[in-house]
Amino acid sequence: MVSQSVSSWGNLIRSSYVLYGLRSRYDGFPAIPVGSTILPHGNGRSYGDSCLNPGGALLLTRSLDRFIAFDRDAGVITCEAGVLLADILRLTVPSGWFLAVVPGTSAVTVGGAIANDVHGKNHHRAGTFGRHVRQFELLRSDGRRLTCSPETNADWFGATIGGLGLTGLITYAQLQLRRIPGAGMGLEVIRFANLDEFFRLSEVSDQDFEYTVAWVDCLSRGKSLGRGLFERANHSASPMKHPKLRMRHVAVPFTAPFSLVNTATLRLFNFLYYHRPGATGRRRESFQSFFFPLDSVANWNRLYGPRGFYQYQCVIPGQSGPQMTARLLEKIARSGQGSFLAVLKQFGSLTSPGMLSFPRCGVTLALDFPNRGARIERLFRELDEIVAVAGGRLYPAKDARMPGELFRDTYLRWGEFERYVDPIFSSGFWRRVTQGEVVRNGGAPAAERA
Amino acid sequence: MSRTLIIGATSAIAEATQRLLAARGDALYLVGRNEQMLAEIAADLTVRGCPRIAAEALDANDLSGHEAMLERAEGFLGAIDIALIAYGTLPDQKRCESSVELTVRELHTNAISVVALLTRLANRMEQRRAGTIAVISSVAGDRGRGSNYVYGSAKALVTIFLSGLRQRLRPCGVAVLTIKPGFVDTPMTAAFRKGVLWAKPDRIAHSIVRALEGRRTTVYLPWFWRPIMFVIRALPESLFLRLPL
Repeated sequence: MVSQSVSSWGNLIRSSYVLYGLRSRYDGFPAIPVGSTILPHGNGRSYGDSCLNPGGALLLTRSLDRFIAFDRDAGVITCEAGVLLADILRLTVPSGWFLAVVPGTSAVTVGGAIANDVHGKNHHRAGTFGRHVRQFELLRSDGRRLTCSPETNADWFGATIGGLGLTGLITYAQLQLRRIPGAGMGLEVIRFANLDEFFRLSEVSDQDFEYTVAWVDCLSRGKSLGRGLFERANHSASPMKHPKLRMRHVAVPFTAPFSLVNTATLRLFNFLYYHRPGATGRRRESFQSFFFPLDSVANWNRLYGPRGFYQYQCVIPGQSGPQMTARLLEKIARSGQGSFLAVLKQFGSLTSPGMLSFPRCGVTLALDFPNRGARIERLFRELDEIVAVAGGRLYPAKDARMPGELFRDTYLRWGEFERYVDPIFSSGFWRRVTQGEVVRNGGAPAAERA
Repeated sequence: MSRTLIIGATSAIAEATQRLLAARGDALYLVGRNEQMLAEIAADLTVRGCPRIAAEALDANDLSGHEAMLERAEGFLGAIDIALIAYGTLPDQKRCESSVELTVRELHTNAISVVALLTRLANRMEQRRAGTIAVISSVAGDRGRGSNYVYGSAKALVTIFLSGLRQRLRPCGVAVLTIKPGFVDTPMTAAFRKGVLWAKPDRIAHSIVRALEGRRTTVYLPWFWRPIMFVIRALPESLFLRLPL
């Protein structure tokens, strides 16, 4: 068997894996050596170790990339789990249908979107991706196939949505799409001077705009703490003036020798980005540049250099949102770390269908951080403390380091979920948060209590 | 928008090519060994926009089944504008060395059956005085290597046969395209460690469609295999035989 080096989007843990694949969704489950473990791996866009399985095997799902049916009247698409969201949109947008929920990149597989129960800028209206899954098939390592939907095998449905690929292999899924008037987006961008203004803008915009999100300047402090740019948008009814507005595609050809994201570049970038003329106002954009601005820069993660980067995404529920977000941003600004990818978004109250789904009603903050070893971990611990006190939690799809205790204390259904984990399935993330296993870059797993 | 026959339709390169042909509106007739997989692929291509599609299961080594298959394909498509032969196996060279039977079988799959199909296809197209024949050969057919010469010699036979066929059919307007991929990341090569020279089937497929549209004669895919194979062919035998290829 051939083994290959695989890492995830954050480039933090690179290790060698025996790789398995299926040519057809009807193939039996591959036989792996006794005592080994396996994990489905889609397009590897999770940031940390939730899509990795150091010391074990990976089951690559990108080869399951066939469409099965597209009902153009009802807006229902059925496809295999390795199909990318970008492939679906390319097919359905010309017929006036759009995915009900899209994350910040279209380069994720359907299986990955379900396994992480991803969310988007319309969470306050549509909830998570899992809410729009009509059914899927789950292939267990013993060969059993379960058709899961909100009605049939509902417990497996709930365990698998947001189940981090641990409950079995999703072979195909059926998704409910939503109507759109065209491929354009009517977008409005508003500059806000501080965090209070963000929350005010969010409240008034969530009624009239389906999509809302804000970029924040994570270095600003004092009176302008949490200043940024608020974006609100709806699918646009009128066709775009130049529908062939194809985004220019560029690529980062190789990993930078050191992180190009540092305090100096960040301060300059954030200042210019916030103040740049023409940033605000109304305009029309293609859906690609609105939803997936970074998809036009292939391998942008290489800018962070060979040590990779972390993303810290938390949700703070309830009334304490504004106050706790301010404390988080203050800590980050004082540390001088962080990056230009800092996002604030108000989640709505629609419940997530998965046992381990991340989103809940409240405010979510997401930031990238270049990997600076112990220094960055110290900051993360301080942020963890604020999140824990506020009753919030972190997003497993983005995580590579949260202490097991924090996971177990904030995902209260993890014990119930564990019963649905396939006996030979495991992941770096799962062993880390349930057993305290720590894996260093390139190394073999070592058992350590976190 | 052509009427296209693909033999070996479940191979990874063929499947990627079919997606592009389906999207541009080709009518497709798929032939392969695995009936279940043909059905999955046909459904996929229909969703991707293929206006007309049919499939049939056939083992190309069953030479007696070729004529009837071509008849059915032509019946469904009306006429065959493009015929793409895309199947093949990668023999286990070591096992071939100790098994005459296996060696002969591999040559039959990768060369003899292809020649049988080509002969029938060529005569049909010659009569119509139109059409394109495209075959996936391989860079391995450019020179025999110790590690892979059963496969290489089968592909060499196909390549030479095609070059002769091209000359013969030129006056009647039938085009013949020889496709020579290098290392492609497919199930056939699952057991190999992949490096910088490896290409994805999707990339190869785009080049195949472009080569078909441009009425090319021989293409190396990706392009950098042309200079590489030029050098490999130019090496004197006394030097070449010392290389650990």
